[in-house]
Amino acid sequence: MGAIKIENLTKVYKNVTAVNHLSLSIEQGELLSLLGINGAGKTTTIKMLSCLTKPTEGDALLLGKSIVTDTSEVKAIIGVSPQETAVAPGLTALENLELICGIHNFSKNKQNQKIHELTDLLNLKEVLNRKAGKLSGGWQRRLSIAMALISEPQILFLDEPTLGLDVIARSDLWDLIRCLKGKVTIILTTHYMEEAEALSDRIAIMKDGTLLICDTAENIKKKTGTDKFEEAFVRIVKGVKS
Amino acid sequence: MKILTLANRNTKEILRDPLNLAFGLGFPLVILLLLSAIQANVPVSLFEIQHLTPGVTVFGLAFMTLFSATIIAKDRGSALLQRLYTAPLSAWDFVLSYTLPILPLSLIQCAICYGIALCLGLSLTIHIVWAILFILPVSLLYVALGLLCGSIFTDKQVGGICGALLTNLSAWLSGIWFDLELVGGVFKKIAYALPFAHAVDMERAVLTGNFQDAFPHLLWVLGYGLGILLIAVWVFMRQMKRQ
Repeated sequence: MGAIKIENLTKVYKNVTAVNHLSLSIEQGELLSLLGINGAGKTTTIKMLSCLTKPTEGDALLLGKSIVTDTSEVKAIIGVSPQETAVAPGLTALENLELICGIHNFSKNKQNQKIHELTDLLNLKEVLNRKAGKLSGGWQRRLSIAMALISEPQILFLDEPTLGLDVIARSDLWDLIRCLKGKVTIILTTHYMEEAEALSDRIAIMKDGTLLICDTAENIKKKTGTDKFEEAFVRIVKGVKS
Repeated sequence: MKILTLANRNTKEILRDPLNLAFGLGFPLVILLLLSAIQANVPVSLFEIQHLTPGVTVFGLAFMTLFSATIIAKDRGSALLQRLYTAPLSAWDFVLSYTLPILPLSLIQCAICYGIALCLGLSLTIHIVWAILFILPVSLLYVALGLLCGSIFTDKQVGGICGALLTNLSAWLSGIWFDLELVGGVFKKIAYALPFAHAVDMERAVLTGNFQDAFPHLLWVLGYGLGILLIAVWVFMRQMKRQ
Protein backbone atom coordinates (compact mmCIF):
# COMPACT_ATOMS: atom_id res chain seq x y z
CA MET A 1 0.00 0.00 0.00
CA GLY A 2 1.29 3.49 -0.85
CA ALA A 3 2.24 5.68 2.11
CA ILE A 4 3.26 8.75 0.14
CA LYS A 5 2.02 9.74 -3.28
CA ILE A 6 3.69 12.86 -4.67
CA GLU A 7 2.14 14.42 -7.76
CA ASN A 8 3.74 17.25 -9.71
CA LEU A 9 5.10 18.84 -6.55
CA THR A 10 6.68 22.17 -7.41
CA LYS A 11 8.17 24.99 -5.37
CA VAL A 12 9.24 28.26 -6.94
CA TYR A 13 11.04 30.94 -4.91
CA LYS A 14 10.92 34.19 -6.92
CA ASN A 15 12.87 33.19 -10.04
CA VAL A 16 14.31 29.93 -8.71
CA THR A 17 12.54 26.60 -9.14
CA ALA A 18 13.67 24.65 -6.07
CA VAL A 19 11.52 21.58 -6.85
CA ASN A 20 10.25 20.99 -10.36
CA HIS A 21 7.16 18.81 -10.95
CA LEU A 22 8.28 15.99 -8.67
CA SER A 23 6.17 12.83 -8.90
CA LEU A 24 6.94 9.80 -6.78
CA SER A 25 5.26 6.99 -4.82
CA ILE A 26 6.63 5.49 -1.62
CA GLU A 27 5.32 2.27 -0.09
CA GLN A 28 4.47 1.80 3.57
CA GLY A 29 7.52 0.78 5.59
CA GLU A 30 9.85 1.71 2.75
CA LEU A 31 13.02 3.73 3.29
CA LEU A 32 13.69 6.13 0.46
CA SER A 33 16.86 8.22 0.34
CA LEU A 34 16.89 11.55 -1.41
CA LEU A 35 20.31 12.26 -2.85
CA GLY A 36 21.63 15.27 -4.64
CA ILE A 37 24.28 17.96 -4.55
CA ASN A 38 23.61 21.20 -2.64
CA GLY A 39 20.58 23.02 -4.02
CA ALA A 40 19.12 19.86 -5.56
CA GLY A 41 15.80 20.43 -3.76
CA LYS A 42 16.01 17.69 -1.10
CA THR A 43 15.33 19.88 1.93
CA THR A 44 12.63 21.88 0.10
CA THR A 45 10.90 18.58 -0.76
CA ILE A 46 10.97 17.53 2.92
CA LYS A 47 9.74 20.99 3.99
CA MET A 48 6.77 20.70 1.64
CA LEU A 49 5.98 17.13 2.70
CA SER A 50 6.11 18.10 6.38
CA CYS A 51 3.81 21.13 5.79
CA LEU A 52 6.52 23.65 6.63
CA THR A 53 6.16 25.31 3.26
CA LYS A 54 3.30 25.30 0.77
CA PRO A 55 3.91 23.95 -2.71
CA THR A 56 3.57 26.41 -5.58
CA GLU A 57 1.96 23.67 -7.60
CA GLY A 58 1.01 20.00 -7.17
CA ASP A 59 0.22 18.04 -4.03
CA ALA A 60 1.28 15.02 -2.03
CA LEU A 61 -0.90 12.56 -0.15
CA LEU A 62 0.51 11.13 3.07
CA LEU A 63 -1.58 8.10 4.01
CA GLY A 64 -4.34 9.69 1.95
CA LYS A 65 -4.07 13.14 3.58
CA SER A 66 -3.17 16.15 1.45
CA ILE A 67 -0.26 18.38 2.46
CA VAL A 68 -2.20 21.32 1.00
CA THR A 69 -5.68 20.86 2.49
CA ASP A 70 -5.23 18.45 5.45
CA THR A 71 -2.18 19.93 7.18
CA SER A 72 -3.40 19.21 10.74
CA GLU A 73 -4.02 15.53 9.92
CA VAL A 74 -0.66 15.27 8.16
CA LYS A 75 1.15 16.85 11.13
CA ALA A 76 -0.43 14.24 13.42
CA ILE A 77 1.12 11.32 11.52
CA ILE A 78 4.61 12.62 10.73
CA GLY A 79 7.85 13.01 12.64
CA VAL A 80 10.61 15.33 11.50
CA SER A 81 14.25 15.43 12.46
CA PRO A 82 15.53 18.66 10.88
CA GLN A 83 19.02 19.16 9.49
CA GLU A 84 20.14 21.11 12.55
CA THR A 85 19.55 19.51 15.94
CA ALA A 86 16.19 20.75 17.13
CA VAL A 87 16.20 20.58 20.91
CA ALA A 88 15.21 23.02 23.66
CA PRO A 89 18.65 23.88 25.10
CA GLY A 90 17.51 24.95 28.56
CA LEU A 91 15.56 21.74 29.19
CA THR A 92 17.01 18.38 30.14
CA ALA A 93 16.88 15.53 27.64
CA LEU A 94 13.99 14.04 29.65
CA GLU A 95 12.08 17.34 29.64
CA ASN A 96 12.60 17.62 25.88
CA LEU A 97 10.95 14.22 25.41
CA GLU A 98 8.15 15.19 27.82
CA LEU A 99 7.61 18.38 25.81
CA ILE A 100 6.88 16.45 22.63
CA CYS A 101 4.64 13.98 24.51
CA GLY A 102 2.68 16.92 25.95
CA ILE A 103 2.26 18.50 22.53
CA HIS A 104 0.80 15.22 21.27
CA ASN A 105 -1.53 15.00 24.30
CA PHE A 106 -0.11 11.68 25.58
CA SER A 107 -1.45 10.40 28.90
CA LYS A 108 1.06 10.19 31.78
CA ASN A 109 1.24 6.39 31.39
CA LYS A 110 1.82 6.53 27.66
CA GLN A 111 4.39 9.29 28.12
CA ASN A 112 6.37 7.22 30.63
CA GLN A 113 6.15 4.12 28.45
CA LYS A 114 7.33 5.97 25.30
CA ILE A 115 10.18 7.71 27.13
CA HIS A 116 11.32 4.38 28.58
CA GLU A 117 11.14 2.77 25.14
CA LEU A 118 13.05 5.55 23.33
CA THR A 119 15.61 5.84 26.11
CA ASP A 120 16.41 2.16 25.70
CA LEU A 121 16.40 2.26 21.92
CA LEU A 122 18.74 5.25 21.68
CA ASN A 123 20.76 4.57 24.85
CA LEU A 124 19.83 7.96 26.27
CA LYS A 125 19.72 6.89 29.92
CA GLU A 126 23.07 8.41 30.88
CA VAL A 127 22.15 11.87 29.54
CA LEU A 128 18.47 11.93 30.46
CA ASN A 129 18.90 14.44 33.29
CA ARG A 130 21.48 16.62 31.58
CA LYS A 131 20.61 19.90 29.88
CA ALA A 132 20.22 19.37 26.14
CA GLY A 133 22.22 22.51 25.35
CA LYS A 134 25.24 21.06 27.18
CA LEU A 135 25.24 17.72 25.32
CA SER A 136 27.73 16.89 22.55
CA GLY A 137 26.62 17.09 18.93
CA GLY A 138 26.17 13.30 18.74
CA TRP A 139 23.96 13.16 21.83
CA GLN A 140 21.93 16.15 20.67
CA ARG A 141 21.38 14.41 17.33
CA ARG A 142 20.20 11.23 19.08
CA LEU A 143 17.87 13.25 21.29
CA SER A 144 16.57 15.11 18.24
CA ILE A 145 15.76 11.79 16.55
CA ALA A 146 14.16 10.46 19.74
CA MET A 147 11.95 13.57 19.76
CA ALA A 148 10.93 12.84 16.17
CA LEU A 149 10.14 9.20 17.03
CA ILE A 150 8.36 9.63 20.35
CA SER A 151 5.11 10.80 18.76
CA GLU A 152 4.84 7.37 17.05
CA PRO A 153 4.94 8.80 13.53
CA GLN A 154 3.84 6.63 10.64
CA ILE A 155 6.04 8.66 8.33
CA LEU A 156 9.46 9.91 9.40
CA PHE A 157 11.59 12.56 7.70
CA LEU A 158 15.28 12.48 8.51
CA ASP A 159 17.11 15.44 7.03
CA GLU A 160 20.83 14.56 6.98
CA PRO A 161 20.59 12.68 10.29
CA THR A 162 24.25 11.69 10.50
CA LEU A 163 25.75 15.04 9.55
CA GLY A 164 28.68 15.82 11.84
CA LEU A 165 28.55 12.53 13.73
CA ASP A 166 31.65 10.46 14.48
CA VAL A 167 32.02 6.94 13.08
CA ILE A 168 30.62 5.15 16.14
CA ALA A 169 27.66 7.49 16.55
CA ARG A 170 26.90 7.12 12.84
CA SER A 171 27.07 3.33 13.07
CA ASP A 172 24.70 3.37 16.07
CA LEU A 173 22.29 5.57 14.18
CA TRP A 174 22.40 3.28 11.15
CA ASP A 175 21.46 0.37 13.43
CA LEU A 176 18.54 2.37 14.77
CA ILE A 177 17.33 3.29 11.29
CA ARG A 178 17.56 -0.39 10.25
CA CYS A 179 15.40 -1.27 13.30
CA LEU A 180 12.75 1.19 12.12
CA LYS A 181 12.68 -0.08 8.55
CA GLY A 182 9.48 -1.88 7.71
CA LYS A 183 7.65 -0.35 10.67
CA VAL A 184 7.84 3.32 9.71
CA THR A 185 7.95 4.88 6.26
CA ILE A 186 11.16 6.90 6.13
CA ILE A 187 12.43 9.60 3.79
CA LEU A 188 16.06 10.34 4.44
CA THR A 189 18.25 12.97 2.86
CA THR A 190 21.99 12.54 2.92
CA HIS A 191 25.22 13.54 1.22
CA TYR A 192 26.86 10.22 2.14
CA MET A 193 26.62 7.72 -0.72
CA GLU A 194 27.51 4.73 1.44
CA GLU A 195 24.76 5.68 3.86
CA ALA A 196 22.13 5.78 1.14
CA GLU A 197 23.36 2.51 -0.33
CA ALA A 198 23.48 0.71 3.02
CA LEU A 199 20.11 1.81 4.35
CA SER A 200 17.73 2.47 1.47
CA ASP A 201 15.17 0.32 -0.25
CA ARG A 202 15.22 2.85 -3.09
CA ILE A 203 17.25 5.95 -3.85
CA ALA A 204 15.96 9.07 -5.57
CA ILE A 205 18.59 11.34 -7.12
CA MET A 206 17.68 15.00 -7.67
CA LYS A 207 19.43 17.81 -9.49
CA ASP A 208 18.24 21.43 -9.77
CA GLY A 209 14.86 20.43 -8.34
CA THR A 210 14.28 17.66 -10.90
CA LEU A 211 14.13 13.95 -10.16
CA LEU A 212 16.73 12.22 -12.34
CA ILE A 213 16.21 8.62 -11.24
CA CYS A 214 14.49 6.59 -8.52
CA ASP A 215 15.44 2.96 -8.16
CA THR A 216 17.31 0.48 -5.97
CA ALA A 217 21.04 1.05 -5.51
CA GLU A 218 21.75 -2.15 -7.50
CA ASN A 219 19.59 -1.08 -10.44
CA ILE A 220 21.11 2.41 -10.46
CA LYS A 221 24.60 0.87 -10.64
CA LYS A 222 23.49 -1.48 -13.42
CA LYS A 223 21.89 1.35 -15.42
CA THR A 224 25.06 3.44 -15.24
CA GLY A 225 27.38 0.49 -15.96
CA THR A 226 29.45 0.71 -12.82
CA ASP A 227 29.77 -1.36 -9.66
CA LYS A 228 30.45 1.64 -7.43
CA PHE A 229 27.44 3.61 -6.26
CA GLU A 230 29.36 6.87 -5.88
CA GLU A 231 30.50 6.59 -9.50
CA ALA A 232 26.92 5.87 -10.56
CA PHE A 233 25.72 8.98 -8.70
CA VAL A 234 28.36 11.17 -10.36
CA ARG A 235 27.49 9.83 -13.81
CA ILE A 236 23.78 10.49 -13.30
CA VAL A 237 24.27 14.00 -11.93
CA LYS A 238 26.79 14.90 -14.66
CA GLY A 239 24.57 13.31 -17.30
CA VAL A 240 27.27 10.89 -18.50
CA LYS A 241 25.85 8.08 -20.64
CA SER A 242 27.06 4.54 -19.91
CA MET B 1 -2.86 20.98 27.58
CA LYS B 2 -0.67 21.69 24.53
CA ILE B 3 -0.51 25.38 25.41
CA LEU B 4 0.37 24.59 29.02
CA THR B 5 3.11 22.18 27.92
CA LEU B 6 4.66 24.82 25.68
CA ALA B 7 4.15 27.58 28.27
CA ASN B 8 5.81 25.37 30.89
CA ARG B 9 8.81 24.90 28.59
CA ASN B 10 9.08 28.67 28.01
CA THR B 11 8.87 29.36 31.76
CA LYS B 12 11.67 26.88 32.44
CA GLU B 13 13.86 28.38 29.71
CA ILE B 14 13.36 31.87 31.19
CA LEU B 15 13.86 30.95 34.84
CA ARG B 16 16.91 28.77 34.21
CA ASP B 17 18.88 31.65 32.78
CA PRO B 18 20.66 33.24 35.79
CA LEU B 19 21.00 36.55 33.91
CA ASN B 20 17.22 36.73 33.63
CA LEU B 21 16.84 36.34 37.38
CA ALA B 22 19.61 38.84 38.09
CA PHE B 23 18.10 41.53 35.85
CA GLY B 24 14.43 40.72 36.16
CA LEU B 25 14.37 40.58 39.92
CA GLY B 26 17.71 41.91 41.11
CA PHE B 27 17.85 45.15 39.15
CA PRO B 28 14.47 46.62 40.24
CA LEU B 29 15.28 45.69 43.85
CA VAL B 30 18.71 47.34 43.66
CA ILE B 31 17.09 50.51 42.31
CA LEU B 32 14.49 50.45 45.08
CA LEU B 33 17.13 50.00 47.78
CA LEU B 34 19.57 52.49 46.28
CA LEU B 35 17.07 55.31 45.77
CA SER B 36 15.56 54.70 49.21
CA ALA B 37 19.06 55.01 50.68
CA ILE B 38 19.52 58.32 48.80
CA GLN B 39 16.14 59.54 50.06
CA ALA B 40 17.13 58.71 53.64
CA ASN B 41 20.15 61.00 53.31
CA VAL B 42 18.66 64.07 51.61
CA PRO B 43 16.38 66.61 53.27
CA VAL B 44 13.94 67.01 50.33
CA SER B 45 11.33 64.54 49.02
CA LEU B 46 12.94 62.94 45.97
CA PHE B 47 12.24 59.24 46.12
CA GLU B 48 9.57 58.65 48.72
CA ILE B 49 8.76 54.99 48.93
CA GLN B 50 5.00 55.31 48.20
CA HIS B 51 5.86 57.32 45.07
CA LEU B 52 8.90 55.29 43.97
CA THR B 53 7.59 51.71 44.35
CA PRO B 54 4.77 51.87 41.75
CA GLY B 55 7.26 53.30 39.25
CA VAL B 56 9.84 50.61 39.91
CA THR B 57 7.22 47.85 39.51
CA VAL B 58 6.37 49.26 36.06
CA PHE B 59 10.04 49.74 35.13
CA GLY B 60 10.79 46.10 36.11
CA LEU B 61 8.38 44.92 33.44
CA ALA B 62 10.77 46.16 30.73
CA PHE B 63 12.83 43.09 31.61
CA MET B 64 9.79 40.87 30.99
CA THR B 65 9.74 42.26 27.46
CA LEU B 66 13.40 41.36 27.16
CA PHE B 67 12.73 37.79 28.39
CA SER B 68 9.84 37.09 26.04
CA ALA B 69 11.50 38.76 23.04
CA THR B 70 14.75 36.85 23.64
CA ILE B 71 13.13 33.42 23.87
CA ILE B 72 11.01 34.02 20.73
CA ALA B 73 13.98 35.38 18.76
CA LYS B 74 16.20 32.48 19.88
CA ASP B 75 13.53 29.93 18.96
CA ARG B 76 13.08 31.54 15.55
CA GLY B 77 16.81 31.23 14.93
CA SER B 78 16.93 27.55 15.94
CA ALA B 79 15.55 24.41 14.35
CA LEU B 80 13.36 23.77 17.43
CA LEU B 81 10.62 26.08 16.18
CA GLN B 82 10.81 24.32 12.80
CA ARG B 83 10.20 21.03 14.59
CA LEU B 84 7.31 22.50 16.54
CA TYR B 85 5.79 23.93 13.35
CA THR B 86 5.55 20.35 12.05
CA ALA B 87 3.63 19.32 15.19
CA PRO B 88 -0.17 19.61 15.44
CA LEU B 89 -0.10 23.10 16.99
CA SER B 90 -1.96 26.22 15.93
CA ALA B 91 -0.49 29.71 15.68
CA TRP B 92 -2.52 30.67 18.79
CA ASP B 93 -0.91 27.84 20.76
CA PHE B 94 2.45 29.49 20.08
CA VAL B 95 1.26 33.03 20.82
CA LEU B 96 -0.38 32.06 24.11
CA SER B 97 2.52 29.88 25.22
CA TYR B 98 4.92 32.81 24.83
CA THR B 99 2.50 35.23 26.52
CA LEU B 100 1.10 33.28 29.48
CA PRO B 101 4.34 32.57 31.43
CA ILE B 102 5.16 36.27 31.64
CA LEU B 103 1.93 37.24 33.42
CA PRO B 104 2.53 35.26 36.67
CA LEU B 105 6.22 36.21 36.56
CA SER B 106 5.16 39.88 36.42
CA LEU B 107 2.87 39.40 39.41
CA ILE B 108 5.65 37.72 41.40
CA GLN B 109 8.17 40.43 40.46
CA CYS B 110 5.68 43.13 41.49
CA ALA B 111 4.79 41.38 44.77
CA ILE B 112 8.47 41.04 45.71
CA CYS B 113 9.05 44.75 45.01
CA TYR B 114 6.13 45.64 47.30
CA GLY B 115 7.43 43.19 49.92
CA ILE B 116 10.79 45.00 49.95
CA ALA B 117 9.03 48.38 49.92
CA LEU B 118 7.11 47.35 53.06
CA CYS B 119 10.45 46.62 54.74
CA LEU B 120 11.61 50.08 53.64
CA GLY B 121 8.66 51.80 55.28
CA LEU B 122 5.71 51.57 52.88
CA SER B 123 2.43 51.48 54.83
CA LEU B 124 0.62 48.15 54.70
CA THR B 125 -2.81 48.70 53.12
CA ILE B 126 -5.22 46.63 51.02
CA HIS B 127 -4.39 48.97 48.12
CA ILE B 128 -1.07 47.12 47.70
CA VAL B 129 -3.04 44.04 46.60
CA TRP B 130 -4.92 46.16 44.05
CA ALA B 131 -1.67 47.70 42.83
CA ILE B 132 -0.26 44.20 42.28
CA LEU B 133 -3.40 43.15 40.36
CA PHE B 134 -3.40 46.32 38.26
CA ILE B 135 0.10 45.40 37.08
CA LEU B 136 -1.53 42.72 34.87
CA PRO B 137 -2.75 45.08 32.11
CA VAL B 138 0.64 46.80 32.21
CA SER B 139 2.40 43.46 31.86
CA LEU B 140 0.15 42.68 28.88
CA LEU B 141 1.54 45.80 27.22
CA TYR B 142 5.13 44.74 27.90
CA VAL B 143 4.49 41.12 26.80
CA ALA B 144 2.99 42.42 23.55
CA LEU B 145 6.12 44.50 23.01
CA GLY B 146 8.18 41.36 23.64
CA LEU B 147 6.17 39.32 21.15
CA LEU B 148 6.55 42.08 18.56
CA CYS B 149 10.30 42.55 19.07
CA GLY B 150 10.95 38.80 19.21
CA SER B 151 9.05 38.30 15.93
CA ILE B 152 10.98 41.02 14.11
CA PHE B 153 14.52 41.03 15.50
CA THR B 154 17.27 38.45 16.02
CA ASP B 155 18.24 37.53 19.59
CA LYS B 156 21.29 39.83 19.38
CA GLN B 157 19.21 42.76 18.13
CA VAL B 158 16.64 42.08 20.86
CA GLY B 159 19.36 42.57 23.47
CA GLY B 160 20.06 46.05 22.15
CA ILE B 161 16.54 47.14 21.38
CA CYS B 162 14.70 45.74 24.39
CA GLY B 163 17.66 45.72 26.77
CA ALA B 164 18.78 49.27 26.09
CA LEU B 165 16.18 51.24 24.14
CA LEU B 166 13.00 50.03 25.82
CA THR B 167 14.40 50.13 29.36
CA ASN B 168 15.53 53.72 28.73
CA LEU B 169 12.18 54.71 27.24
CA SER B 170 10.45 53.13 30.23
CA ALA B 171 12.80 54.87 32.60
CA TRP B 172 12.85 58.41 31.22
CA LEU B 173 9.40 58.81 29.69
CA SER B 174 7.43 57.42 32.61
CA GLY B 175 8.09 59.94 35.35
CA ILE B 176 9.51 57.31 37.68
CA TRP B 177 12.58 59.30 38.74
CA PHE B 178 11.33 62.86 38.31
CA ASP B 179 8.07 64.75 38.03
CA LEU B 180 7.09 65.17 34.36
CA GLU B 181 5.30 68.42 35.35
CA LEU B 182 8.67 69.90 36.23
CA VAL B 183 10.04 69.25 32.73
CA GLY B 184 6.79 70.08 30.93
CA GLY B 185 6.66 71.15 27.28
CA VAL B 186 7.22 68.74 24.42
CA PHE B 187 8.88 66.20 26.71
CA LYS B 188 5.74 65.91 28.82
CA LYS B 189 3.53 65.74 25.72
CA ILE B 190 5.64 62.91 24.27
CA ALA B 191 5.65 61.09 27.60
CA TYR B 192 1.86 61.23 27.87
CA ALA B 193 1.39 60.24 24.24
CA LEU B 194 3.16 56.97 25.15
CA PRO B 195 1.77 54.43 27.63
CA PHE B 196 4.62 54.29 30.18
CA ALA B 197 3.77 57.48 32.13
CA HIS B 198 0.11 56.44 32.18
CA ALA B 199 1.08 53.04 33.61
CA VAL B 200 3.07 54.67 36.42
CA ASP B 201 0.36 57.23 37.17
CA MET B 202 -2.25 54.45 37.25
CA GLU B 203 -0.20 52.38 39.71
CA ARG B 204 0.40 55.43 41.92
CA ALA B 205 -3.30 56.27 41.94
CA VAL B 206 -4.29 52.68 42.78
CA LEU B 207 -1.76 52.52 45.61
CA THR B 208 -3.36 55.58 47.19
CA GLY B 209 -6.84 54.12 46.66
CA ASN B 210 -7.74 56.77 44.11
CA PHE B 211 -9.37 54.47 41.54
CA GLN B 212 -11.24 57.26 39.75
CA ASP B 213 -7.93 58.84 38.75
CA ALA B 214 -6.56 55.44 37.75
CA PHE B 215 -9.17 54.50 35.16
CA PRO B 216 -8.32 57.04 32.41
CA HIS B 217 -4.71 55.85 32.61
CA LEU B 218 -5.90 52.22 32.53
CA LEU B 219 -7.65 52.93 29.22
CA TRP B 220 -4.40 54.29 27.76
CA VAL B 221 -2.49 51.21 28.95
CA LEU B 222 -5.13 48.77 27.68
CA GLY B 223 -5.45 50.61 24.37
CA TYR B 224 -1.73 50.50 23.73
CA GLY B 225 -1.45 46.92 25.09
CA LEU B 226 -4.23 45.46 22.93
CA GLY B 227 -3.18 47.47 19.88
CA ILE B 228 0.43 46.33 20.10
CA LEU B 229 -0.71 42.76 20.88
CA LEU B 230 -2.81 42.63 17.70
CA ILE B 231 0.09 43.93 15.61
CA ALA B 232 2.48 41.51 17.34
CA VAL B 233 0.21 38.50 16.71
CA TRP B 234 -0.13 39.50 13.04
CA VAL B 235 3.66 39.89 12.67
CA PHE B 236 4.31 36.59 14.51
CA MET B 237 1.87 34.68 12.30
CA ARG B 238 3.35 36.28 9.17
CA GLN B 239 6.84 35.24 10.26
CA MET B 240 5.53 31.73 11.02
CA LYS B 241 4.24 31.40 7.45
CA ARG B 242 7.45 32.81 6.00
CA GLN B 243 9.56 30.36 7.98
